[in-house]
Order: sequence, then C-alpha cells, then structure tokens
Amino acid sequence: MSFGTLGLIVMVIGYAAGASVSLLAPSDRAARVLTAIGAAVGGIGGSIAAASVLITRVPVETTFASLVSAAGGIAIRLDPLGAFFLLLVAIVGLPATVYGITYTGEYEGRHSLRLFGLMFNGFLLGMSLVPCAANVFTFLFAWELMAITSYFLVMTESQHAETRQAGLWYAVMTHFGFLVLLPMFLMMAPGGGATAFADLRTHAALMSGPARNVVFLLALVAFGSKAGLVPLHVWLPRAHPAAPSHVSALMSGVMIKLGVYGVLRVVVDFLGAGPAWWGGLVLAAGSISALTGVLYALADNDLKRLLAYSSVENVGVIFLGIGAGLVLHSYGLHALALVGFGAALLHTLNHACFKALLFLATGNLLHEAHTRNMERMGGLIKGMPQTAVLFLIGSAAAAALPPLNGFASEWMVFQALLSGVQIPQPDVAIGAPLAIGVLALTSGLAAACFVKAFGISFLAMPRSDGAARAREAHWSSRAVMGVLAAGCVGLGLAAPRIFDGLFRIAAGLSAAASSASPPAVGSLWLAAPNGVAQVSPLLIAAAAVLAIGVPMALVRLRGLEWRRADTWGCGRIQQTARMEYTSSAFAEPLRRVFSELYRPTEDLSINVHPDSRYFVRSITYTSAVVPWIERAFYDPVASGMRAFATQVRRLQGGSVHLYLLYLSGALMAALVAAWWFK
Amino acid sequence: MTRYVAVLLQTLVAVALAPGLVGFIRWLKARLQGRRGAAPWQPYFELRKLFGKEAVVSHTASWIFTATPFVLFGTSVLVASVVPLIVAPAGRFLIGDLFATVYLLLLGTFFLALAGLDTGSPFGGMGASREMTVVALTEPTVALSIVALALNAGSTSFSEIVSRTLVQPSAALGPGHLLAFAALFIVTLAETGRLPVDNPSTHLELTMIHEAMILEYSGPYLGLIEWGAALKLLVFLALAANLFMPWGIALSLSPAAVAIGLLSFVAKLGALSVAIAVLETRVAKLRLFRVPELLSVSFVLALLAVMSTFLVR
Repeated sequence: MSFGTLGLIVMVIGYAAGASVSLLAPSDRAARVLTAIGAAVGGIGGSIAAASVLITRVPVETTFASLVSAAGGIAIRLDPLGAFFLLLVAIVGLPATVYGITYTGEYEGRHSLRLFGLMFNGFLLGMSLVPCAANVFTFLFAWELMAITSYFLVMTESQHAETRQAGLWYAVMTHFGFLVLLPMFLMMAPGGGATAFADLRTHAALMSGPARNVVFLLALVAFGSKAGLVPLHVWLPRAHPAAPSHVSALMSGVMIKLGVYGVLRVVVDFLGAGPAWWGGLVLAAGSISALTGVLYALADNDLKRLLAYSSVENVGVIFLGIGAGLVLHSYGLHALALVGFGAALLHTLNHACFKALLFLATGNLLHEAHTRNMERMGGLIKGMPQTAVLFLIGSAAAAALPPLNGFASEWMVFQALLSGVQIPQPDVAIGAPLAIGVLALTSGLAAACFVKAFGISFLAMPRSDGAARAREAHWSSRAVMGVLAAGCVGLGLAAPRIFDGLFRIAAGLSAAASSASPPAVGSLWLAAPNGVAQVSPLLIAAAAVLAIGVPMALVRLRGLEWRRADTWGCGRIQQTARMEYTSSAFAEPLRRVFSELYRPTEDLSINVHPDSRYFVRSITYTSAVVPWIERAFYDPVASGMRAFATQVRRLQGGSVHLYLLYLSGALMAALVAAWWFK
Repeated sequence: MTRYVAVLLQTLVAVALAPGLVGFIRWLKARLQGRRGAAPWQPYFELRKLFGKEAVVSHTASWIFTATPFVLFGTSVLVASVVPLIVAPAGRFLIGDLFATVYLLLLGTFFLALAGLDTGSPFGGMGASREMTVVALTEPTVALSIVALALNAGSTSFSEIVSRTLVQPSAALGPGHLLAFAALFIVTLAETGRLPVDNPSTHLELTMIHEAMILEYSGPYLGLIEWGAALKLLVFLALAANLFMPWGIALSLSPAAVAIGLLSFVAKLGALSVAIAVLETRVAKLRLFRVPELLSVSFVLALLAVMSTFLVR
C-alpha cells in the first residue's frame, strides 16, 4: 500500500471518527477536544496523501464500485492538481482546528458543540473529497456534503436575525450553483451510464463547438458562484461574517478555492481550453471581481465583512491569472499560458495562507473587543501586541508588499498578463494592458484598504471600553497564527521554488503544453516568461533588512534621545478617541471618487434651538452603502419569486372540497398520462 | 563583484545628493518668485540640526511610529539601489525590476500612512487617508507606463529598457515614449507630494497630505523622513530621466564613462528640477477632489502611450 492510499484512508477515518465521536461526547468540553483530534488526524492523513502524490507525481486511484453502485460507485483519483488543493485543506484546516479548541469554548452551554463537531469534521471531509473525486457522483456527493455542513456551521449563532438571513442567502446561492453543475456534467457525459471523469474527458474532446461553449459557461457560473465571482458573490460578504472565525478562515481560505479547482478541472483539463473569448470572459469577470471586491472592502466598517470582500478581490486576481492563461493557450502560446495558470495557483495558495491568518486574528479581536465594527476598536496594539504583529504581517501580505507572499504571486500575475502583448492580433493583445491597469488599481486600493483595517483597529486610542480592556488570547491560538504568519513570509521567500512546482502541476493539465519548461532560474529568482525580468524576494528581504537595519543601528549608536508627550492638538486641553480619524472618514475620499459605484444614501438632520436657527442642538448624520450590484441583479429575482409564491398560494383555498377536486384531478391526469405514454 | 560595488557607490551618491536636490528646487522657486531664498545646501544644515535634537513621541504612539522613519528611509535607499542612476550594468540589477520598485515604494507609503494614524491626531489620519487615495489612484498609471516601456524593450527589467532605448533612439522619440513620459511626470508630482497635488511648503494643516502625516515627527525621526522623501523625489526624477532619456549613462565601469554618467545624471536632474520649480511657481494647488481628474488624465496619457506603441509596432 502506498503512502498516498494510506494517507487517504487515515484522512477519511480521522474525519469520520471526529464527526461521529464528538456527537457522542459526554460533555461540551470533551466534544471540543474530540472534534479537534478527529480533524487533526484527518488533516495529517490528507497532507500525507497530498504530499506523496506531489512528490512522486503518481496519482492515487481507488474505486468502490459496489458502494452506491446505482450512481456509478465511489471513485477516487488524486492527481497533482487535486493533491495541491487537498494540501490547501490541510494547510488551513490544521491551524483552524487547533484554534477552534479554545475559540469554541465561548459556545459552551449556548450552542451544541456536539453538532458543531459533526459539521466541522463533515465540512473538512467534504472539502478534502472534492479534489479526490473521479466520477460525477463522488464529486457531487462531496460538493453537497461541503455545502450542507458549511451551511450549518454558518448558522452556529442562529439566534441573530442577521445570521439566519446570511444562512438563507448562502443556502440559495450554493444550491443554485449545484443546480447548474448538473446539466454541465450531463452534457459532458458520453451516455450509457458512464460518469467517470476519464470518460467525460474523452467525450468532451469529441463535443461540438457550441456544446463546449455551453459547458464552459455553465462551469463558469457554477464554480464562479462558489468562488465568489461578481455578481455571484452576494453570499460571501454575508456568510463569512456570520460564521465562527475559524470556519470563516476555512471558507475563505479553502472552500471558495474549490471553485477555482472546478474551473481548472473542467475548463482546462476536460475541455482542454477553448477559443480566445473564453479567456476574455474570464479576464472580464476577474477584473470586475477584483475591482468591486476591493472597493466594497474599502467602504466597509465591519472587519470580517471587509475580509470577505477582500476574498472576492483575491478570487478576481486568481481569475485574472486563469483568464490570461486561457487566452494565451488559445493562441498556441502554451508555455506562457502555463505561467498564467501557475500564477493563479500560487495566488490561491498565498491567499489561503494570509486570509486564514487574518480571519483567525479577527476572531481574537472579536473575542476580546466584542465587536466586529472597526469604529468601536482602536488601540488594540497595546493590549494585544502579538496579535497586532501577526495581523500586520497578514495585512502587508494582502496588500502585496514585498517580500511577503502576496507580492510574489501578484508579480507573476502581472508578468502573465504582460506576456499577453505577444499575441499576434493587436485587438486582442490590447486587452492585456487594460487588465494590468485594473490589477494595479486593485493592488493600490488593497494597500489603502489594509492600512485602514490595521490602522483603525489596532492603532491610536481605544474607541470603546471593550477595546480598552482587550488582552491577548490563549497562547495556542497565537501559536497557530504564528505558523500561518511564518507561512506568509516563507511562501514569499521560497516563491521561485514553489512556482516551479505549480508550473509543473499546470503543465500536467494540458497535453499540448506538457513539454513546456518553467521560466524559473534557480531557487533565488522569480522570472518572467521571457526570462529577462527577474525579481528575487529573498534578496529583497536581505537588502531590506540591511537598508533598514544599518540606519537604525547608526542612529541608535549616535544616541537617540527621546521623551513622551501629548499629541499636538491645536491647543486642545485633552485628546479623546472621538477626535481620531474613523474607518468611514478614512475611506471618504475614495468613496467620493467612486461615488458612482457606491451610490451612498446620506441622511443629515440638524436639530436647532426653537428661538434661533443658529444654535444647533444636535446633528445626526447617517450614511450607508447598499451595493447596487446586488439590488440590480437580485431584487428582480427576489420580487419575482415572491409574486410567484403569492400566486401559488391561491391553490391553498382551505376548503376540503377544493382539495378533493385536486386529488381527483391529479388521479385523472396520472391515468391519462399512463394511457398516453404506454 | 565590481558591479555590486558600483551599484553601492551610486546608491550612496544618490543618498548624499538627495537633500541638495530639494534645496536646489526650493532655491530656484524662491528666485523665480522674486525672493532671495535659502542657499541650495540649506537642507544639509537642517538635517544636521534635526539629528542633534531630542525626539518627542506621542503617548498614544506605538512601535509603528518609531519604526516607520527607518522603514521609509530604508525602502527609499533600496529603491535607489535598484533603479539605474549613473551606471546601468547589463543583466539584472540587484534584486528586481520595475514592478518590484513600485511595490517597494508602496511598502514605505504603507508604513507612513500607519504612522499617521498611530498618534491619534486627526491630522495624521487625514493625511494617511488622502495619501493612500492618491497612491491608489496613481498605481494604474504607473503600471501602464511600465507596460508602454516594456512593450518596446520586451521586458520590465531596467537594464533591458535602457539598453534598448540606447540601441534604437528612434523608438525613444516615438509617441508612445513621450506620452508615457508625460504620464509618469504627473505621477511623479503626485507621489512625491509636489504641486498641484500637494504643497510641500504649506502651513495650513487642512490642505496638507504628506506634511499632515508627518506632523507628529521631530528630531532624528523627522530627519530620516525628510531625507527619505527627498531620496524618493530623486529616484522618481532619475526614473523619468534615465528610462526616457538614458543618453550619457555609463554602460561600462571605466572612469571616463562613470564621470560622464555622473555629469549627465546631475545635468538631467537639474533640468527636471527646473521644470518642477517653474511648474510650482505657475500653478496653484488643486482641490483634493479635483486631484482624481488630474490622475485620470495621466491614466489616459499612459493608455494612449500603450495604444500608440501597439500601432507603431
């Protein structure tokens, strides 16, 4: 038995045991520990399986044809692409599991931790099985397991009306995606009951052009709704804040990435890419997601919703890489296309790492300051200095600052887009600079967004009592966050080596490009496809340490005298937290610049003294941003459904005679149908 | 090895020259406005004075506040070591390309904006918010200018762009190059806090951007920030000069070539400083909410630069 198979078995047993044993746990405390043990064993098993496939490059295959044989049985095949995503589950899953032990302590006595353990392990199992699936039934089963268990996890704090609403949105959107998956698989199936992915792949190559186009569009919609592409992202900014923080980390770090997996699997692997407009459409969707995601993140005051919108942005960046790859592939520039896919995979990994870190750190803030609203935080760097450093590392990585991991992958996406100008057709090639402009604007806005996220929540003076009293969380949660932060640094410094491996994974997807070799030069330099432009994160880090450390040492050696004093305040007696810049104020200039997108509603009411309007008693100003994209796309659907439901309600007359009429009518119809179709 | 020494030396020259550049622009502006003005080497005296003083740090400030001056200065030095100033050795530069430069500068700005928020002063927050707005809106222009240059050279590497322009001078005078230069010049004004985007000599807090962020700094910390900002200005001007007009830059490390390189570098910086000084005496500061219009003009210029490069190809 190979390590791969052994790992998979340990993984399934671990998760399944964690799910069932925690349900039978004698106490809440035991349930918490048992949940974590099961999930940890499962995660270790999964990472062994993934690592062995990634190292040996030999896929692990197993089939259980007798199990649910009516649906084609359970088929498992873990190839390098799947192994990469399985590893992603473990990379985020293990820290989230350890973090959860103390984090869920707050739920003791209020929510069922046994049910939570079942769902948490089920969720991890579902996410782990999706990239292992090798036939339609296994895939859909894992997909649905992931969707349903995560629904229950989102609904953990269901006493809040907001959470229940978020759960509804999530359930509807995730099942909409499922509904679109079915015809997609149906069209690719060769008939005769064959549903194995290998059959789908051979049949997809024989399909006509229009049918392939339809499959592509269905895949983009179905997987795009899971990944959170605009305008299918609506569930994301609702469900992520509602879920417990370590579940948000898993959803944002891994679950939405399985949408990326689906697109790569179906569009690149099964369909073998297609005409240039496929790539153009993916580029457009990526651009819109990246830009709207970061703009809404910037305008939000809820820290978790900000991170959720930032995930929409990063998924957009990933799709920019995939789109560039698809366009280049369609022009036969296979080696360049692989740089696009490789860059997308690199950003997938990097985003998982820093977003998980940020969500876990936010969980600590939530736990201590008892609010998600940044305008109630501030000054947390004093009470929680370590969490602050970890959050800063995550923020800097999310803002793509060198030498952290976000920088490396955005640099690769830039270079992949830039190689688009080598396309011989100028009218297509001109799209590349436009996408580069969008990506540059996105990264600039992301920097502004994370200055706000860190600066408003951690710096200056506390804006509420909760923030003033906040202290460090349990050491175990800080330790796992430290591991993720080290990952952000390490993945950045080792990016050339990692990109090399991801390029090879991408090369394995497409037969036409399998012989292409990656543009990397050694383990020090990250190189553009033409090999001329190069950047070395490791050397940047070394040079930065020198350039910052030497002046620091010189100034310290000269002797730096300093003293503390009050902040200068134009002659004010005392500085209070109310004088600080707030989150809304920080975003105000950009909100004005992009007012067409935000369309904020503003309400200003001034209460003046009855005798003279020059004496103001109070001023109330409220401003809210309701994303018009949601209103434009979803309001018609929702009101249409409601109108339809009202019409259907007429059937419910309440009279027994009416129901008897229905019964006899249905019976007659059934008889007629039986006679007719005979 | 000699290449690394050459790059190190030219970085040190840039660090030494930067305060003089700021002083020269100030002196020239004063002369153009009919004032006598301080001597061009005044900033050196100011730096010496600041480094001899005691620093005052706000009670609310954290380590971010005291670390930022070093980060800002360090990233400016780092960027100065990456861009071609006096010599442009073939092959790769020390650590990165144009995109890496842009992101390193963003690293400095990121910390400076955090430091602005750190003291809890409303002015610092205001400066941070405005600075990040301006920086975010300049990014696409910078990227497209890079693309316009990279289209000619086939790469975003500095040495490639410089050597390609030297080999084919006709390309440098093409419309794409000129439009990209115009776009990058506007970006330079915005990123380095010059008129009409920001006023480096304003005394009214409400109109400040860069100065509002550093309002709380004093002593050696302020000295480092001023020095770093001057270096950033020098780097941007050097980029504008050497990427678009690389003539005179030393391609070999022979003493004669380096001497010519140094002279042409100073001459090009001088010419661009004159342009900035004249511009700053001629235009008034824009209202903050008109700045995006200026930046979108620069974006359109950069886009046209890319388009025309495509057409000419």
